[in-house]
Amino acid sequence: MKMTPAHYWYCFQGILIREYLRFIQQRTRFFSALVRPLLWLVVFAAGFRAALGIAIIEPYETYITYEVYIAPGLCCMILLFNGMQSSLSMVYDREMGSMRVLLMSPLPRWFLLVCKLISIALVSLLQVYAFLLIALLVDVEPPLWGYLAVLPALLLVAVMLGAIGLFISSWIKQLENFAGVMNFVIFPMFFLSSALYPLWKMQESSEWIYWICTANPFTYAVELVRHALYLKFDGTACSVTLATALIFSVFAIKGFNPQRAAGGGKPG
Amino acid sequence: MSIEVDKISFRYARKTALSELSFILENGQFCALLGPNGAGKSTLFALLTRLYALQQGNIHIQGLDLQTAPTQVMQQLGVVFQQSTLDLDLTVQQNLAYHASLHGLCGATARVRIAQELERMAMKERAHEKVRSLNGGHRRRVEIARALLHQPSVLLLDEPTTGLDPQARKALNLHVRQLCTDSMITVLWATHLIDEVLPEDRVLLLHQGRLLSSGTGLDLCNLSGQSHMADAFEQLTQVPAQIPGQAPTKEQAV
Repeated sequence: MKMTPAHYWYCFQGILIREYLRFIQQRTRFFSALVRPLLWLVVFAAGFRAALGIAIIEPYETYITYEVYIAPGLCCMILLFNGMQSSLSMVYDREMGSMRVLLMSPLPRWFLLVCKLISIALVSLLQVYAFLLIALLVDVEPPLWGYLAVLPALLLVAVMLGAIGLFISSWIKQLENFAGVMNFVIFPMFFLSSALYPLWKMQESSEWIYWICTANPFTYAVELVRHALYLKFDGTACSVTLATALIFSVFAIKGFNPQRAAGGGKPG
Repeated sequence: MSIEVDKISFRYARKTALSELSFILENGQFCALLGPNGAGKSTLFALLTRLYALQQGNIHIQGLDLQTAPTQVMQQLGVVFQQSTLDLDLTVQQNLAYHASLHGLCGATARVRIAQELERMAMKERAHEKVRSLNGGHRRRVEIARALLHQPSVLLLDEPTTGLDPQARKALNLHVRQLCTDSMITVLWATHLIDEVLPEDRVLLLHQGRLLSSGTGLDLCNLSGQSHMADAFEQLTQVPAQIPGQAPTKEQAV
């Protein structure tokens, strides 16, 4: 039987439904994923509110509070943790468990992995929107249409982070546990970006940290989300995020192939 | 022929897992892949299911080359893995629907196929129960139902009775044999438990990556000059045969 576009569509639907069902089964994971950014928003931002003065910067049209500034970065933080965690479990599971079932599909493996990345991204968006709703309580109030405009930006960022996660966990054997990924990938990516401080502030304190921040794709992801949330479009941020997503997807799919790992597996 | 394995060899970094392995299985045949732990059974399954890439040799399923026509080959294969791959927090129906979608079956077709296979496995009334609430035997039946959803012509089972009690093991074995006669499905049943194999069964005896015997269980006995398959297995592999219910010997426990 030849595979038609309809077969591909049913396959994508199935993978998405499964991710959604798993998501609603694991409510505790959902709430714990929200606790982290909310702590940053409520506790960390409260402390820094007085210490930092934020000038009027794009895309904002007026002076903003620190909570308003870090909210887009925290949205990306949710996607970052989800993307890395899911990708790591995909690699860990590839020779057993659910990933092995996935790989038994007759459809091409690149397609299955892309479906999986997009499904994980879509489910992560539910957490981001829950976070944005709670953020209303601390006066993070983007324009109403911003909630819609940010959707494609969040999706692109989530796919990019999932692809980076898949790439890292497939190619770098030393990072095969989450603690390693957290210390060497998540934290540097998050802190060395514009998520917590605007780039000009970074430049004021250290030129080389500023330079690293501008080379970090997470900076562009945060700026893409920040601009979209306030109904602006940042072309550079969009291009960098899109290009990073594409490049890492290609290498991640190439690296993920369990056939590549066969030389190092266990005999059975 | 249904499965044709031609001179396949496979090496891990420091160990040869399979060496010049060749065999042919006919349509509707029940074949036991017998061998002690570490014989290369799981490696063979990993190669048949494209989890590992072939390093040497060829595999054809229903005349289709695994390397040049992977999509068509995967449509022909149903697989039950050694470790359970069901999602415990989802219902039986949800697990099966997921698998159906991976094979490109639309919702309506999938529902019909799921109902048919659950009926065949006498599991229809459990369709909406979570897998977590099922016992080991029922979970295995669900996995077989799942493997048959897309109507494959070949069913691969990698030590499917692991963790089951004797009654459930026997029932599962009978179920699968019935599939061969009723639906002409070719079955490759990997096991290290000798009592799951009948003397008239086709038996592939694998040991240290080499095929020691490729006839029936009786041929195995003749080859070794023993009257029981357990003794034949022991003589040919120098590993005591495992018969459930008997305490493992010191060597088996190692």
